[in-house]
Amino acid sequence: MWSELRALRDGVDLGTPPRDGEPVTLSVDGVPVTVAAGSSVLLAAGIAGCTVPKLCATDTLEPFGSCRVCLVEIEGRRGYPASCTTPVDDGMQVRTNSEMLTKLRRGVIELYLSDFPEGDIDGGWSQLNDTLDQVGVHRLADDHPYRSGANHQSGVLDLSNPYFLFDQAKCIVCSRCVRACEEIQGTFALTIGGRGFGSTVVAGQDESFLDSDCVSCGACVQACPSDALIEKSLFPGGYERADSRQA
Amino acid sequence: MSAPSNMRVFVPCDALSIALGADEVADRLVAEAASRSLDVTVVRNGSHGLFWLEPMVEVEVDGVRHAYGPIDADDVPELLDAGLLEAGPHRTSLGPTHSIPELERQTRLTFARVGVIDPRSLDDYLAHGGFDGLRRALTMAPGDVVGEIETSGLRGRGGAAFPTGIKWRTVLGAPATPKYVVANADEGDSGTFADRMVMEGDPFCLIEAMAIAAHAVGASHGVIYCRSEYPHAIATLEYCIDVAPQHGWLGSGIAGSGLDFDIEVRVGAGAYICGEETSMLESIEGKRGMVRPKPPLPALEGLYGKPTVVNNIITLASVPWILANGGAAYSAHGVGRSSGTLPVQLAGNIRRGGLVEVPFGITVRELIEGYGGGTASGRPARAVQIGGPLGAYFHDGQLDTVLDYEAIAAAGGLLGHGGVVVFDDTIDMAAQARFAMEFCAAESCGKCTPCRIGSTRGVELIDKIVIGERRSADVAQLEELCDVLEHGSLCALGGLTPYPVRSAMQHFPEDFGLGDRNSDQNFEQKVGESN
Ligand SMILES: Cc1cc2nc3c(=O)[nH]c(=O)nc-3n(C[C@H](O)[C@H](O)[C@H](O)COP(=O)(O)O)c2cc1C
Ligand code: SF4
Ligand code: SF4
Ligand code: FES
Repeated sequence: MWSELRALRDGVDLGTPPRDGEPVTLSVDGVPVTVAAGSSVLLAAGIAGCTVPKLCATDTLEPFGSCRVCLVEIEGRRGYPASCTTPVDDGMQVRTNSEMLTKLRRGVIELYLSDFPEGDIDGGWSQLNDTLDQVGVHRLADDHPYRSGANHQSGVLDLSNPYFLFDQAKCIVCSRCVRACEEIQGTFALTIGGRGFGSTVVAGQDESFLDSDCVSCGACVQACPSDALIEKSLFPGGYERADSRQA
Repeated sequence: MSAPSNMRVFVPCDALSIALGADEVADRLVAEAASRSLDVTVVRNGSHGLFWLEPMVEVEVDGVRHAYGPIDADDVPELLDAGLLEAGPHRTSLGPTHSIPELERQTRLTFARVGVIDPRSLDDYLAHGGFDGLRRALTMAPGDVVGEIETSGLRGRGGAAFPTGIKWRTVLGAPATPKYVVANADEGDSGTFADRMVMEGDPFCLIEAMAIAAHAVGASHGVIYCRSEYPHAIATLEYCIDVAPQHGWLGSGIAGSGLDFDIEVRVGAGAYICGEETSMLESIEGKRGMVRPKPPLPALEGLYGKPTVVNNIITLASVPWILANGGAAYSAHGVGRSSGTLPVQLAGNIRRGGLVEVPFGITVRELIEGYGGGTASGRPARAVQIGGPLGAYFHDGQLDTVLDYEAIAAAGGLLGHGGVVVFDDTIDMAAQARFAMEFCAAESCGKCTPCRIGSTRGVELIDKIVIGERRSADVAQLEELCDVLEHGSLCALGGLTPYPVRSAMQHFPEDFGLGDRNSDQNFEQKVGESN
């Protein structure tokens, strides 16, 4: 059910929630677009029809700015700001594609792929797959230097909740589940524990989902872009972890 | 000859001097003086920053301070026998303190009082120009105080070198209230200690600065966020924050004006990333030290979402001098857009390590050779890391670069918090590059992907490059990774880690098995051909 809901949403997910400020006009890849002040550049780009890849942003949650695939260029500004956390300005000129942007987005996706089960990419239907399609990278080359690095491919597989499961091997640590639990459900059952490379989703006080304060509302499952949180009903024969990629 | 009466002898109380035995020296002085019936007061001052002379003991004779150092507790009887109280000669004599060459040549504006006064004495502070800046500021309109900072050209000393006046102007113009002043004393850069020296040696200066900032922007509450590794600084600050309101320098109606402002000390969570301003604000709010995206700027939506001045301790400590002497007097020092002075911290393999406050515009060579006396090992200096663990490495051919934000940037580096760490010719620069990636991995808050995963991949790549099985492919990948880190990271931890990594590879390719910079000017081409 949740995945159907999500599929419905996907068509219209502009990445960040709508705002109600005064109208502001900017241009995205030369296309003029008018949105409410306070809106993100990501949202404006979507309305202008210049879809920018995204992973950590979804229009039911406040922008977070962690995945860094939504980078754009803005005339007169240095660097490559994340479009999801950059508010629009009158007269702003945004570029959503350039050689450098392609390179940076591919670079970020390669980092994700270096810690993701390879066998789960082909035929996948998560938002992550959409993003991979947009960026145009689906797997690391056989001799890619990132292969065989440290990873979380034998991490936690939490099957405790009767309705959904959490597979750390597929978690891209985007915090969408944590934020959904907090912002949509108001429950605060999930946090990100650890730091840096060791960051991971933690239920309750480092408990199983079942033992935590989780109320099984499914907000996190609906929010997860990579199917690390997924309904058990989709696996009638029981869940089996996909081949953990690269040996 | 009658024994001199009421003599003041100074023994530093800062953490470094204490680690080197200053407490024992002070105790022994008190005990020996008592047993000899000498009328001596031992004053615990801050450190002058001449670390190779610590613990440095001074005696004040006819208003002139004479220095001895380094002094061990066991030297004390002999020192008194030699006539310490008349500034008599001893093998450790350094002459009048102000004419010690490394001190005499400095331009001490921000550090004028550090080492001179008793940090806990409000009277001493007032006797050395303390609160002159605040007194003048309180006669001025807030916008004019900000104007004075703008005139001074002061830029942030915490790392990003952002113009302080512009930041204050933004907070002043923000309509929301209450507003806050947050002093960043997380001082996480290895080899830096200037913030600590101010807090331990001239704490009222920080209080004065924060009160000036409060008046300038309309703030009512201040927070000093101090790293937990600085217990002496925390104790001193807490003492002074307790004393100041009793004399009208904090609290309501400061110095008889309409300014109400108080300060609290918060102890850091022990993570490097908590020095990053947005992460620090999260930590002060009691949350996990995670970086927030900017915008919103802390100046507009900072602590508890309210307009907030966040400044480094050295930035703030420069403010009272500027208000007392005028912004123009400050900008008379320095060069170009690097106005005033920079307290430089010399560390690593250096003979005379410590703090030197110099005007912008002197060369790196003058710092490490003129002030620092070259390496401690006596071997040739091979690399200098400027600007902390995220700063670039300079090679010996770049030592004539001048100390100036723009010149250092043009040479591929950054000045950061003013740390200068010297390495001799035994250093392995591939190991240093690896260390930079390891540091990033260890300190990453884990929020953004380039830093969270990329730093670990960086360590792995450098290991592979050193092993050298597929060196050119691994070097190319490391270059790409550095691009993603530099341009894709959410904050400067990931964003600056490529500085030490790339500079190490560029300047010291031979350490990575990539040919020799000296014999091969175009090593990148060589990299392409290796393998
Ligand atoms: C990873 C990281 C660590 C930082 N650590 C410190 C620190 O320890 N002390 C500090 O003053 N600024 C630190 N900064 C800079 C602050 O974010 C901020 O720019 C500074 O406190 C602003 O004050 P200033 O304008 O007076 O320099 C750090 C920045 C980053 C990205
Ligand atoms: S479980 Fe899903 S939503 Fe949660 S952090 Fe991992 S990838 Fe993101
Ligand atoms: S660069 Fe590193 S420390 Fe900074 S936000 Fe990203 S993960 Fe956190
Ligand atoms: S979608 Fe913008 S950073 Fe993730």
